[in-house]
Amino acid sequence: MAAADGTLADLCIVACSEAFRGNGEIIATGVGPIPRLAAGLAKLTHSPELMMTDGEAFLVEQPVPLGPRKYDDRKKAGYLPFSRFFDSAVWTGRRHAMVTPTQIDRYGQINLSQLGGTHQQPKTQMLGVRGFPGNTIYHPNSFFFPSHTTRVFVEKEVDMVSGVGYNPAKRIAGGNFSGVDLRTIVTNLCVLDFGGPDHSIRLVSLHPDVSIDEVLQSTGFPLSTGQTSETPLPTAEQIEIIQKLDPLNIRATVIKDNPPARRG
Amino acid sequence: MTLDKRMTTQEMVAGLQDGMTLGIGGWGPRRKPMALVREIMRSNLRDLTVVSYGGADVGMLCAAGKVKKLVFAFVSLDAIPLEPWFRKSREAGQIEVLELDEGMFQWGLKAAAFGLPFLPTRVGLGTDLAELGDLKTVQSPYADREVLIAMPALRLDAALIHVNRSDWRGNVQLFGADTYYDEWFAKAASKTFVSCEQLVDRIEDHYPDDAHANTFERCFVTGVTEIPCGAHPSSMPPLYGPDMKAFKAYADAAREPGDWSAVADIFVASDADAYLSSVGGREAVMNIPLAIY
Repeated sequence: MAAADGTLADLCIVACSEAFRGNGEIIATGVGPIPRLAAGLAKLTHSPELMMTDGEAFLVEQPVPLGPRKYDDRKKAGYLPFSRFFDSAVWTGRRHAMVTPTQIDRYGQINLSQLGGTHQQPKTQMLGVRGFPGNTIYHPNSFFFPSHTTRVFVEKEVDMVSGVGYNPAKRIAGGNFSGVDLRTIVTNLCVLDFGGPDHSIRLVSLHPDVSIDEVLQSTGFPLSTGQTSETPLPTAEQIEIIQKLDPLNIRATVIKDNPPARRG
Repeated sequence: MTLDKRMTTQEMVAGLQDGMTLGIGGWGPRRKPMALVREIMRSNLRDLTVVSYGGADVGMLCAAGKVKKLVFAFVSLDAIPLEPWFRKSREAGQIEVLELDEGMFQWGLKAAAFGLPFLPTRVGLGTDLAELGDLKTVQSPYADREVLIAMPALRLDAALIHVNRSDWRGNVQLFGADTYYDEWFAKAASKTFVSCEQLVDRIEDHYPDDAHANTFERCFVTGVTEIPCGAHPSSMPPLYGPDMKAFKAYADAAREPGDWSAVADIFVASDADAYLSSVGGREAVMNIPLAIY
């Protein structure tokens, strides 16, 4: 019964939602469909104390669904515009963001600014560092990657360090790095964390029917592997909540070919 | 001293000079003073240092070769994540940049507003920003001895901002869910030029109940001009949303050969009235739905 097990996207949403468990009264920010649905699922199931926005400027106690809706459909419970986002959420450490950078390296350093070339003339200009330098030095961060490859999990350091990692060479003497707190990485293949020696990246669980070798071959650097389990399948109750938060099934567009949770 | 700050957009641009540092309010494709940007596009101004949470304002000024240096944290059109004209300019190595985190950026505006040389922050430590931007560190003189980035003041020669309402004295009112860092652009600048959707004579006679929407005071306003739909194609909540059709045409025009001079007339037009007619007129713009995020 593949359908009853949900899709790989559903499984990833549930795995991502675990990153927000027990975080307390902080802003849970999920950027992109799967992280955002994960934050909503966490709030509607195990962690109702989480706070979140409507994606614009208002805090909501009922996560807003993905996709087109009426502008005033969301019920405003509070106010958190960009104009006070750093004062209230980022620089106070009261936030946990889950995002999808373009590259990540063995130190957890991330890049979404540019690829190749030089800073004066990049080969490919992307978004810019956005708020990543501040996010990563002040509050917890997790990552979701829909396509786990060596192009994303790069062999050397990322092309432009846009987010702080655990690279000792980047630790300026006297700087306060106590807020650096990288938590969970969920991909289309597995769940990882930073629990290896010296915060190195460690394999936590493999998605159903995925082998360790497949993960290692898709990663440009060595991973800590020890006791690994199988990532749990989504439950019927979780799938029902996800469907309500994503009535148009936008999550089906995230992972190539939208495979089932079990490869079968 | 006259308090009548009404000016034409041409007079505002005449108050700018080559080589100036120009702050542009708004955020990505939201609340951008695009009518004022288009007036700069029609001028001979060049070698500008542009400080912006960037959208099509940055893309256009880069495409036209008016930008010497860009101070930015991102340049994006939201639903079109990568601003295509900015991208072309960067990949051709045409502009100098100071790349900053979004929070450092507003911190630099605040340092400028308060007349400080810098404000300390942890942000930037552990990333490539400090080295690439030649940002210096400073050590706490207190017992903690913490080493911090000294975020330099982002002093602006002029700021451009589009607001919902103003009177001729520069008493502005800003509405919408989020007014971003417009107030700090105004305070960081030597001169602030404001365009507005609606100009009234004495705002206290018309909208006294909206005085809380006066997010920056009139001492920070140099000139005002009324330009309905002046943020188009960016959004101006609560009046109108971003014109994604117009943004798509603008983005498509960047594809090969992607020659700005061949398409500039479409996106700049000869004046504000001609521009508004070319995009369907006031009613059409006012009917563009607000963005759902």
